[in-house]
Amino acid sequence: MEEFQSLMQGFVIALSLKNVVLMFAGVILGVIIGVLPGLGGANGVAILLPLTFSMAQSPGGTTSAIILLSSIYWGALFGGAITSILFNIPGEPWSVATTFDGYPLAQNGRAGAALTAAFTSSFVGALVAVIMITFLSPVVAKFALEFGPPEFFAVYLLTFCAFVGMSKESPFKTIASMMLGFAMAAVGTDPVTGALRLTFGHMELLNGFDFLVAVIGLFGIGEILLTLEEGLEFRGTKAKLNLRVVLDTWKELPRYWLTSLRSAAVGCFMGIVPGGATPASFMSYGVARRFSKDGEKFGTGMVEGVVAPETAAHAAGTSALLPMLTLGVPGSPTAAVLLGGLLIWGLQPGPLLFVEQKDFVWGLIASMYLGNIAGLIVVLTCVPLFAAILRIPFAIVAPVIMVICAIGAFTVHNAIFDVWMMIVFGIMGYVFKKLNYPLAPLVLAIVLGDRAEASFRQAMLVSQGDMSIFFSTPLVGVLTGLAMFLLLWPVVGALRTRLKGR
Amino acid sequence: MSEGTSGKPAIKTRTMEIAVAAFVLLCGALVIYDSARLGAKWGEDGPQAGYFPFYIGLILCGASVVNLFGALAAARRDNSEFVELGKLKLVFSVLIPTAVYAGLIGPLGLYVASSVFIAFFMRWLGKYAWWLVAAVSIGNSVFFFIIFEVWFKIPLPKGPLESALGLG
Amino acid sequence: MRADTRNRLRAGLAAAVLALAPLTGFAAWEPTKTVEFIVPAGTGGGADQMARIIQSIIAKHNLMKQSMVVVNKGGGAGAEGFLDVKGAKGDPHKIIITLSNLFTTPLATGVPFNWRDLTPVQMMALDQFVLWVNAETPYKTSKDFINEGKARSADPAKRFKMAGTGSKQEDQIITVAIEQKTGLKFTYIPFKGGGDVAVQLVGKHVDSSVNNPIEAVAQWRAGKLRPLCVFDPKRMPYKTKVTDTQAWSDIPTCKEQGLEVDYLMLRGIFMAAGVTPEQVQYYVDVLKKVRETPDWKDFMEKGAFNQTALNGKEYADWVAKEEARHVALMKAAGFIAK
Repeated sequence: MEEFQSLMQGFVIALSLKNVVLMFAGVILGVIIGVLPGLGGANGVAILLPLTFSMAQSPGGTTSAIILLSSIYWGALFGGAITSILFNIPGEPWSVATTFDGYPLAQNGRAGAALTAAFTSSFVGALVAVIMITFLSPVVAKFALEFGPPEFFAVYLLTFCAFVGMSKESPFKTIASMMLGFAMAAVGTDPVTGALRLTFGHMELLNGFDFLVAVIGLFGIGEILLTLEEGLEFRGTKAKLNLRVVLDTWKELPRYWLTSLRSAAVGCFMGIVPGGATPASFMSYGVARRFSKDGEKFGTGMVEGVVAPETAAHAAGTSALLPMLTLGVPGSPTAAVLLGGLLIWGLQPGPLLFVEQKDFVWGLIASMYLGNIAGLIVVLTCVPLFAAILRIPFAIVAPVIMVICAIGAFTVHNAIFDVWMMIVFGIMGYVFKKLNYPLAPLVLAIVLGDRAEASFRQAMLVSQGDMSIFFSTPLVGVLTGLAMFLLLWPVVGALRTRLKGR
Repeated sequence: MSEGTSGKPAIKTRTMEIAVAAFVLLCGALVIYDSARLGAKWGEDGPQAGYFPFYIGLILCGASVVNLFGALAAARRDNSEFVELGKLKLVFSVLIPTAVYAGLIGPLGLYVASSVFIAFFMRWLGKYAWWLVAAVSIGNSVFFFIIFEVWFKIPLPKGPLESALGLG
Repeated sequence: MRADTRNRLRAGLAAAVLALAPLTGFAAWEPTKTVEFIVPAGTGGGADQMARIIQSIIAKHNLMKQSMVVVNKGGGAGAEGFLDVKGAKGDPHKIIITLSNLFTTPLATGVPFNWRDLTPVQMMALDQFVLWVNAETPYKTSKDFINEGKARSADPAKRFKMAGTGSKQEDQIITVAIEQKTGLKFTYIPFKGGGDVAVQLVGKHVDSSVNNPIEAVAQWRAGKLRPLCVFDPKRMPYKTKVTDTQAWSDIPTCKEQGLEVDYLMLRGIFMAAGVTPEQVQYYVDVLKKVRETPDWKDFMEKGAFNQTALNGKEYADWVAKEEARHVALMKAAGFIAK
């Protein structure tokens, strides 16, 4: 009950006219950031930090400042889905999994439905996460402390096992594709010894292959090249352009309540750990495909395939703020800059923040509710507008997309080299797709390869090379066991059908 | 072996399969080579820097050898084409300008290069009127300039034009 | 070439203006466009925070006419940022904040750069390192800790686990220095950021850390971590109570407790090579104003920084001495790239 009262007070603080205006401004800015791959959420927040510095000096100003910045964060989470669905270009890493079914939906002329499903499930995911933060934060914050290197490795392993092992493509092509991803992830500085790996003396390769460059190339440029073969236009131009589509989609969505719930749980878990929104979205998509009765049809344009990753990504993105506030560990680059912001304003994230800065914390939590409602309103009213982009002729949109992609690739490390890499990845995406090499495992390996390897080796340092550490506590044992179970699930299923057949 | 008669195939699927599998094999070999240099053994306290990449390279080579033999074996049966000449031309009609565009970013700056690229694309492939071409290509760069340089203060490469205008 | 002639022209002009108006005293050179402030590390770390604070203070107090943007170039343990500034010879619109990776990265990876490729501008502060343990452990002084650590050194599986940020960088250098002074053996485990390290220590996944004060202070105040000693020859000067009973100044130095290891990390500003003295002076003046603001002083106290601030020749000499020390430390630790 105490939480409820504090929350109500928080609402009073967050609902001042000034704060509501800031909220909408932040969300709109955030959506723009989410749409343009060159403007990461981290950039957007960082750029406004100096502004908020003077804002935070006035009474109650810190709350206004964090409302503005966190609204940008919500907006960016919403916005990432837009280009994924319309053009197969994920604006943010966590919307890669959204392309798997979102883009086919748009090609089938259901861009409006895909966008609505994405936005709505983002909202649901965030809502579940905020409710959890409101009522369970003390318990949940302690849970994050249980996570050492072996637990982190087990979580990454679980993500892989949930996602792979069920693609329709040739298993050897899947393996080749995934290993290529791992190899790319290994390029650059070795996280444990600091040695340079696979750079062959080229300074451009110091940074390794950035995930965003690879994804923009493989998915975005690759897709444009594939589209070209079919003539100079995009499919799916017949998308409906009115708000009726929102209501129609809403009628369909309650059917996927189980998927939503499961995805929200996966997201909250990954956010708190903090494993991040990107693995959360992949894991959730994989689990949904495995347990849905339409699992076979995933990848051809299923609304459920949009609901799963979006719910999880947003739930993770939201709950990641909890470890940031209570432990000072950022779950994402954007959260890292937000964390810097707190320090600049004179707040100290840590266990005492909830005790010493009650007004600020509850104002922030209240703004999570309100900011997400503001975000949902903004993006839903824009659904017809976004869908209308598909009607712009190819010869105008295609070069503009290419330019956006180039800017996105460039800004990752401020290097023209990355623009070239993007083109190379584009050709690779085009060829791989035509030869049925699956791209998703490759991308997942690029995202998680580094982190998985780092936590594995940290765990090995802890245990001095003893593998039994992955079963040493109940928590890590359950995680590893679950991963093994998911990995072997298809085998078990196949055996069962074979036995039945006899 | 080259009796493709339907349409005008530029490249056969099997050729491409073989090429890609060979390319991946080469990547795997490179990975193994560099990992061995770094040390790919299990050290006193866990794996060395090259341990994981080494095995990744091995698996990569293994998988692509299977793919390579698969492609070679299928070569006799599979006569499908990877891409027709006409379609390939279309693909290159975009790929080559994009490569030129990437090359122009350095000397001209990103904004001018983007305008040139969009203008070329619209005029050559879209056959739009010059006024529309100019409006979209220049408008696009101005729009991005405002967003990136003015609002978000993210410096993108600039060239002689921006210096002349005192913006760079 | 073009930039060079322009600079020469500007330098000439500046000299002329100075000669004509020696009494007015305003800076002869000013940036003509947005200044890039490069951070050779990722977002959220100590260097990044300081850069953003400096940027915020400059914006808030209007200390520069042109704006300043912070750009993170942390690839290759910071090599990306350093190589960028090294390549921008004579460009007065680029400044870079450094951490110890200015010395450690070229030594550990063999990437070709050196602080002599840059122009020293201003040392902003020195960052402290404190030996932390979990508050639930029985070690009250560094002696207790070292003695127990030595007893456990024989068996690799029982050794103390020391968590730190990055590999072959400051945290690991300190770890190795402790090993060499005491004969104790640690298992060093590298993590990505200081925040992660502090949480791993609170969660008892490791036994100790050498976190910067700002990275661990929140957990200290919450009673989860305990500071044993600070790796500065002098105690920290901040006397305001941080916890109920202790202030930063109450933490003994490691030297007092017989652990002869000291280490401070440079937080300093550099520019590209080939810039004019007027240009350097401009930034020295701006940064002086930054250091005089209450916001800066507040930040210094919160992070318990050592407020040594040098510029000019003193700064260059200090950096040269520090470089020699790092070469010696890293050679002893076997961290130099072959």
